[in-house]
Amino acid sequence: MLIAKPGLDGHDRGAKVVAYALRDAGFEVLYTGLHQTVEQVAATALQEAVDIAALSILSGAHLSLTRKLIDRLTALGIRKDLLVLVGGTIPPPDVPRLRELGVDGVFPTGTSLADIVAWFRAARGGGAECGSSPTR
Amino acid sequence: MRGQEGQRKAWEADIARRPPAPAGTPSGIPLEPLYGPESAAGRDPSGIGYPGQYPYTRGIHPSMYRGRLWTFRQYAGFGTAEDTNARYRFLLEQGQTGLSVALDLPTQMGYDSDDPVVEEEVGRVGVAIDTLADMEVIFRGLPLDKVSTSFTINGTAAILLAMYLALCERQSVPREKIAGTIQNDILKEYVSRGTWIYPAGPSIRLIVDTIEHCALHAPNFNAISIAGAHFRDAGATAVQEMAYTLADAVAYVQACVDRGLAVDAIARQISFFFYTHMDFFEEVAKYRAGRRLWAKIMRERFGARDPRSWMFRFGCVCGGSTLTVQQPRNNAVRVAYEAMASVLGGVQSMFTTAYDEAFALPTEESAELALRTQQILAYETGVPSVADPLGGSWFVEALTDRMEEEIAALMQRVERMGGMVAAVEQGQIQREIAQEAYRQQQRVESGEKVVVGVNRFTREEEPALALYEPDPGILDRQRERLAGVKAHRDPARVTATLRYLEETAKGTANLMPGLIECVGAYCTVGEINGVLLKVFGRFQEPVKI
Repeated sequence: MLIAKPGLDGHDRGAKVVAYALRDAGFEVLYTGLHQTVEQVAATALQEAVDIAALSILSGAHLSLTRKLIDRLTALGIRKDLLVLVGGTIPPPDVPRLRELGVDGVFPTGTSLADIVAWFRAARGGGAECGSSPTR
Repeated sequence: MRGQEGQRKAWEADIARRPPAPAGTPSGIPLEPLYGPESAAGRDPSGIGYPGQYPYTRGIHPSMYRGRLWTFRQYAGFGTAEDTNARYRFLLEQGQTGLSVALDLPTQMGYDSDDPVVEEEVGRVGVAIDTLADMEVIFRGLPLDKVSTSFTINGTAAILLAMYLALCERQSVPREKIAGTIQNDILKEYVSRGTWIYPAGPSIRLIVDTIEHCALHAPNFNAISIAGAHFRDAGATAVQEMAYTLADAVAYVQACVDRGLAVDAIARQISFFFYTHMDFFEEVAKYRAGRRLWAKIMRERFGARDPRSWMFRFGCVCGGSTLTVQQPRNNAVRVAYEAMASVLGGVQSMFTTAYDEAFALPTEESAELALRTQQILAYETGVPSVADPLGGSWFVEALTDRMEEEIAALMQRVERMGGMVAAVEQGQIQREIAQEAYRQQQRVESGEKVVVGVNRFTREEEPALALYEPDPGILDRQRERLAGVKAHRDPARVTATLRYLEETAKGTANLMPGLIECVGAYCTVGEINGVLLKVFGRFQEPVKI
């Protein structure tokens, strides 16, 4: 799976902590580093053939960046091959808005690592729950 | 004496019968259940000393807050320059005493508002500044000779400083009245905040340029605010926060000395900035220990002779990653305790964050409560009446000593890594902080660390908050203004000043005069950054987790 920091936001504590937790849970985790354009994130997802692309955004630009990424993945023809997740400072009213864009899971600030890991295990199992959001 | 000895023995016997659970600070310093006169054995009282005297353990001013309160400095800025100007007028009317400019990410990263790469970020986390014209609007009608202005700006700090100095010159503000701070601390950006642009070498050159320029032309402006705050919010402990910050400071002072600048000529340009978190006494001790260590570093290591060069002047922010999205109103209480710890630690300026900042930018209502928190502390609690009221406390002095030892030991480890620049370029500091963040999250999830409303005293339904909603028209308005500026400026002057800047950048002369020429010609932040990027290149982030 890929954890990506799209846009200019430099807050990577959450991205790194989630990466450690998923790695300890046995997942193979790639982390992009900061300041990725949406095109770079999509290209990495294609090149590495990841099952999950998780965006970490704390700058408030999550709606627009997510919309652009999904469009880009669709254009590359790989949208259906992977799950798209969003984490970070996501105000509650924006959670349904992200879901409407087709995001498979939203993990706002305050989501526990235990919930995130459980969600990923369910997703790996290919369970029907993998389309559901763990919290809020 | 015998009576006291007897009392101590009886107390020890009581404790031995029912030993309390072990306890420690979040930095891992074990705590005794009680501190008494025996904990002061062997301590040299001159290491505590008096406020306003070396080594400044008890504060940098003789009378501390009875002489003058700390500065209430709320971080604000959003949308367009007009929106921000209106918020500043509101805050000053409400009794705020210093301005703190929040800038949007494109400005911090050197992009113009009309750059398609950044359209979703324009005016989002702060105000957009493309040219001097935006700066003119932000400060319209504000007395720049009376307020001090702080800019949270790093990668493009020299450009923004040039704009502010150009604005002050146009308003005929006398040079000694230009007061404020640019953050300008690139090393911590590489580690934790991420608004870096150029590699370490040219970035540090720009920092030394700003320090040198301010020492000559704006002696009361802090050209650098060395910030531990972002280490802390990225997961660092209090010990790591202070140790890495002082290690950064050593790197910058050394760079100035290497340039041939006298340490006493530049020391007053340097200030510090930290996060105050929840462990009350560890935070108080952190500031007392940091103040003492800095005095020793400046006097003993760098040979500063002027007592003002030994003074550790710092601002702080309360809140940050100690804020929770669960039961958000609890955050107002957290911030109030953190604010009191900061004042007992001897802070010079303070920003208290609003309770809703774990969700979004604050609303006017939550921003006002955050400011009132400081005013209640300053005017109702009586805490400012006596300098360093915790001084001489057996516990606080013992913890201050222990924090100083731990911080100094960690600084020595950084020296063994080759100093802060090398340690950061290798990604070593980044990794240590991220791993600490992971351990802290694990402690919260296991319940070992209690966070009220998160892992104890939780409830199912959260009341809804009225949150700040960004204005969708910002991008168009900002682009319109930029187009207007570009249409009315003198293109020949733009080209000439940018060319001169490029030539200077290729050499070793101070870049500030060239930058001031550029901003005066209404060159944009993006144009100036483009020139510097061409000469300096871009920092390569060591991406290792």
